[in-house]
Amino acid sequence: MSPPVSRPRSPPLSPHLQVYRWQISNTLSILHRLTGVALAFGGLALVGWLLALASGQAAYAAANWVLTSFPGQAFLIGWTFCFFYHFCNGLRHLFWDAGFGFDKAVARKSGLAVVAAASVLTVIFWVVALTGVVE
Amino acid sequence: MSLKSPLGRVLGLGSSGTGTEHWVGQRLSAIALVPLTLWFLLSLLAFPALDFYAVTAWVAAPLHAVLLVLLVIALVYHSSLGTQVVVEDYVHAPGPRTLMLIILRLVHIALAVAGILAVFLIATRAPL
Repeated sequence: MSPPVSRPRSPPLSPHLQVYRWQISNTLSILHRLTGVALAFGGLALVGWLLALASGQAAYAAANWVLTSFPGQAFLIGWTFCFFYHFCNGLRHLFWDAGFGFDKAVARKSGLAVVAAASVLTVIFWVVALTGVVE
Repeated sequence: MSLKSPLGRVLGLGSSGTGTEHWVGQRLSAIALVPLTLWFLLSLLAFPALDFYAVTAWVAAPLHAVLLVLLVIALVYHSSLGTQVVVEDYVHAPGPRTLMLIILRLVHIALAVAGILAVFLIATRAPL
């Protein structure tokens, strides 16, 4: 049995991303992936730093010179924010996986809380790191 | 015209039947990373200065060395699973997709080996 001749070769596709209104939930979801990818490079840097420490004093000094340079610091601050965002939003995901927090209103609030927490934690981390409050 | 029955034609076209391990591994490594990353960052903050001898001695403490190796394993595993999904979702051309998945896997294996070995070398070099 052959299909009717008038049938289109490919069936119409369901609407894709562009028909949906941009909103906080999908923005945060995309940000979770973006920060995850950025953190994958952060992992590369962490292993590089450990290798430098293993290689001896000169290599370690070189690594720290790179990390304390202006671009190095910018990357570290960026990674810190990515980390705290991915960390907090990851916890949010784990709560979802356990079946909690699915209500629209709750998900919206927890999303905003994640952004706020990540920002505050990043600032606190760098204030402590640069002023040496701990010790 | 195919001689296959309608049932035979659709069998095996749905879920791949795998993937649960990937999903669970992503969550397990995430849970492990919660205490490990917090411990690592707080430890870094506690250093007055990240000088060579102080950091070497810190890494060499057996508990720290073990936790660092666990951190490297959980981090690299989590990163491997996560970046794999990103490529699977957005890279559609079969050639580049397979190539990127292979490269990602190999890079992550290399990272894990390098990280673990680095901790071992630091720990064994340090005069206790």
